[in-house]
Parts: sequence; structure tokens; C-alpha cells
Amino acid sequence: MNRKLAKKLISKIAFLMLLAIILIFTVFPFYYAILTSFESGSELFTVEYWFSSFDLANYQSVLSQESFVKSIWNSVFVSFSTVVIAMAFGLTAAYALGRVQFRGRGTVLMIVLSVSMFPQVAVLSGLFEVIRAMNLYNDPLALIFSYTIFTLPFTVWILTTFMRQLPKELEEAAIVDGASPLTTLFRVFIPLMWPAMATTGLLAFIAAWNEFLFALTFTLTNSERTVPVAIALITGGSQHELPWGNLMAASVIVTVPLVILVLIFQRRIVSGLTAGAVKG
Amino acid sequence: MAHSTPAPAETEALGKSPTASSPARRRPSRVHRQRLRAAWLFLIPMLLVLAAVAGWPLLRTIWFSFTDASFASISEYDWVGFENYLVYDDGLWFGVLADPAWWQSVWNTLFFTVVSVGLETVFGLIIALTLNAQFRGRGLIRAATLIPWAVPTIVSAKMWGWMLHDQFGIINDMLMTLGIIAEPLNWTANADLSMWAVIMVDVWKTTPFMALLTLAALQMLPSDCYEAAKVDGIHPVRVFFKVTLPLILPALMVAIIFRVLDALRVFDVIYVLTSNSEDTMSMSVYARQQLVQFQDVGYGSAASTVLFLIIALATITYLYLGRKQIGGEA
Repeated sequence: MNRKLAKKLISKIAFLMLLAIILIFTVFPFYYAILTSFESGSELFTVEYWFSSFDLANYQSVLSQESFVKSIWNSVFVSFSTVVIAMAFGLTAAYALGRVQFRGRGTVLMIVLSVSMFPQVAVLSGLFEVIRAMNLYNDPLALIFSYTIFTLPFTVWILTTFMRQLPKELEEAAIVDGASPLTTLFRVFIPLMWPAMATTGLLAFIAAWNEFLFALTFTLTNSERTVPVAIALITGGSQHELPWGNLMAASVIVTVPLVILVLIFQRRIVSGLTAGAVKG
Repeated sequence: MAHSTPAPAETEALGKSPTASSPARRRPSRVHRQRLRAAWLFLIPMLLVLAAVAGWPLLRTIWFSFTDASFASISEYDWVGFENYLVYDDGLWFGVLADPAWWQSVWNTLFFTVVSVGLETVFGLIIALTLNAQFRGRGLIRAATLIPWAVPTIVSAKMWGWMLHDQFGIINDMLMTLGIIAEPLNWTANADLSMWAVIMVDVWKTTPFMALLTLAALQMLPSDCYEAAKVDGIHPVRVFFKVTLPLILPALMVAIIFRVLDALRVFDVIYVLTSNSEDTMSMSVYARQQLVQFQDVGYGSAASTVLFLIIALATITYLYLGRKQIGGEA
């Protein structure tokens, strides 16, 4: 009896340790970035495990840089526009793919899926030429245009999955009432699709907010950059003089909104990720 | 011919009784035709956008790979055939396929892909199995697992760059306190360690994705076979390998393939953590360096094209193997 109890206790302790390891593994790096962002001067160069100071100097210094503040606005603008565009094209396409049986539907789905597999670098020079031709080089609009290459495929894919799950009767009623497909889409499906749209919109927003390769290549001046590029290009005198305090403050500023969004909408995000992948 | 605006369909639907056999047979076909046309009208804008941002640029990249175009003057170029890929000149081979740096980047990418996806799968599985158990604070842990996923790749690379700093980094401090290493390691610059540093960051960032997909698969499993196993007193480890793993394998494979295709085109984390070091350079980093830094659009496009072919091959293999599933569903 005692041995059984001891065994139970040990396995319970082992489980708690596993939980602790998982928690530390996932949270510690971000915790440490926050901790560093509140340190300045020589404090940075002694390793601390707990908060010892709350110095806002790094935040003041980062937010007083005009180009960094501008890059935040660029990111907000680019990400929101990307979401709107992906939704507009994605919803109509998802209606067609999810609700109508037609020949060539499988092919269209295959095309959409294969575009999502494109390595970004494979379209880099071609896209650069297109952007130059449209006179959008070094313009955030170029990013909105190019980001549809990765937001549109998964938007279409996830929305199609959700659209397919809606009951057929709804649509039949609309057809009997003589509603046109566009009316059906706007009056019947979109009101029911809000949860799915929130999920995909959020995923598209995060993808656009985090994108780096196109942003690095298609913009040139500080005032046109998005935050990932701005952070990547923060430099000091040399490799060993990187302003780590500022860097961490900037990182925290651009990440905290995302973390809050993700924590609020965690269930939606998980359902979106699984819908996107399981059906893939 | 059949200009069926919503109006005639409406009168027809409302005017004719659905029990009358001949109009009832005609009506669906007409509605169906209208729906078909609408479907294509809805699809065409999306397909045009994809053609503009993906199809056409890809074709141009392939075209450029046979030219000597440069980044500065991308509209002036000459046709050079396969010179960017492979050319024999004066007793020496030139071109992407003859460049040891390219092959090094291919090797780096494959090594990175296999090791990081492998580790992510194992860790993801462990986290998913843990989260699948019932305990207090489960929601909290699950929320915590999402944090790395929400952190932008650039930020996670910078965060880890700081943690792995050779002089002031906390990782060296931890390892020295624990007595695992005697002196600080230069994680991101040391040729033997830098790839492992990259893998560490990637594993941290993408394990949550694997964990969540695996957890979703676990939660769809029927509970009765577990009860049966429990009644029979079978060891949990045996149950895992004999029951759980085979059942979640299809979902796990999809997640793994997604991650593999993603890892093959890795760019951000390597570019930010170790910049253009040859020890960690991936195929994407190599191609971009040729394109932008060396301004050689022709040569860089050739490298990009080879990368595209590798990924296309992987995708086609996957689609071929998974065709039954998708075909059955569509």
C-alpha cells in the first residue's frame, strides 16, 4: 500500500516537473527579453534572472526614433490592408469552392495549395520586376501586393473548409427565394462566417506582420520599412556593440500586441491552424 | 443566350409550383447553371491575383535564370542559356551546380530540415500528450505554448541572439553555473555550433505548431480503446506505441510535411541570427545573396529555380501520396 502511494507521488512529481519544463521552455525567452528591455547601461552586461530594475530608458530611446515609429505604422497599414484583400478575394473564392459542385474544382484547389508551397525566394526576381514596372519599389503598397502570395492560399483553404461545414438547407432556402449567388454569399454566408473570418483574418494579420524577406527586399529607406526589417537592421558600431537594450525594447513593443491577440483568440487560432493543415 | 439575372429565376421559383414535374426538373438545372457561372466569376479574381503574384513572377524568375540580368538594370539582359546553372569553360566548371557554396547551402538546408523537424515532432508530441491529460492549470500551459508561435521570427532570432551572446548571454551563464561547460561558447559564430543555434531557435519557435496539431489529433481519438487497454492492464508506453501513435500518424504526417516544406525554404532565422555565414547558409539565403547583395539576378534566379524544383518535387511526392485523401474529400 505504501509503495503504491510512493509510486503515485513520484509520478505526480515527475508530471509537475514536466509541466515546469514546458512552461520554462516556452515562456522564458520572451520573459528574458522583457527583463532585458528594462535594463540599461552596465546592468545589461551582468546576467540577471529576476527583474532588478524598471528603467524605461530603452523604450524612450526606441520610441523617440522617428523611423521606428513610422515602421510600426507601416506594419499596421500593410497588415490590415493585406487582411482586407485576402478576405475579399478569399471569401468569394471559398463560396465557389465550398458550395458549388463544378468540374475543375479539384484543379483549382490544387493550384491554391501548390501556391502556398512556393518558396518566396523563387518569385523574388520576377516579383521585383513586376513591382518595378508598377512603380511600387520602396513603397509599402508593394508589400500589400506581394503578401497575397502567402495569405490568399491559406485564406481560401481555411474559409473553404468552414464554408463546406455550413448546412445545405440555408442555401436552398435562399435559392428558392430566388437570391442571386452574391446575395446568398452576403446575406446568408458572411453573417455565419464571422468566426471563421476572425480566425483567418488573424492568421493573415500575423503572417503579414511577421513577414521579412519581401519587406527586406522591396523596401529601401528607413521610412518605408516594416517592423521586422527595422528590428533586424538595428545596429551598433560593431557586432559586439549591438544596442541590446533598445533591441529588446523594440522586440517587446512589436510582440506584446501579438501575444495579447493570440492569447485572447487562442481557441480560434488553434481551430484555424488545424483546419488549414488537417485538410491540407 | 440564357441571361438569367436574378429576376427571372425569382419569378420562376415563386411562380411555378415545385410539385409540377417538368418545371421542377428544369429549375435546378437553370439555377445550377447560374451558380456555375457565379462560381467562376467568383474564382477568376482570385486566380488572376495568384497569377499576378505567383505564376507570372515564377515564370519570369525561370526566364531570368537563363539570362545575365542584374538587379540594378533588370530590363536589360542577354540570353546566356544554361551558363548560370552549369558551364564548362577553359577546363573548369562554373555555375550554381558547380559552386561548392551552393552545395554547402543544400546540405545545410537538408540538415536543418531533418534535425529541426525531427526535434519539433518529438517535443510537440511530448507537449501534446501532456496537454491531453486532465489537470488544473491546463489552459494556462496551453496558452503559454502559443507564445513562441506568436513571436515574430525576427524577434525570436534577436531574442535568442541575445541569450546566446558569447560574453553576456544567459545560456552560457546557465551552462557554466551547472558546470556543463568551462568557458563561454560563441554560439552564433563558431562553425560547429552556429547551425545548432539556428536549430534551437527554430525548434523553440515552431514546436507549438506541432504540439497544437498533434493535440487536435489526440483529442479526436475514441476513448473506448483506451478503456479496453486500461481494463486489460496494458502498460501506458505500450498503449502509446500500439494504439495512440498509429491512430494519430496520418495527422502527424500532414503536420510533418507542412513543416518540412516550410523548413526547406528557411530564410529569416538564419539571415538574422548568423547573417551570411557559409556554415549556416540555406538555399534561400544563398539565392537572395546572389540576387540582391551581388546583384546577379541571372545567377540568383538559377539558384532560386533549383530550390523551386526541389520543393516542387517534394510537394508532388506528397500530393501523389496523399491524393486519395484529397480526391475523396473533394
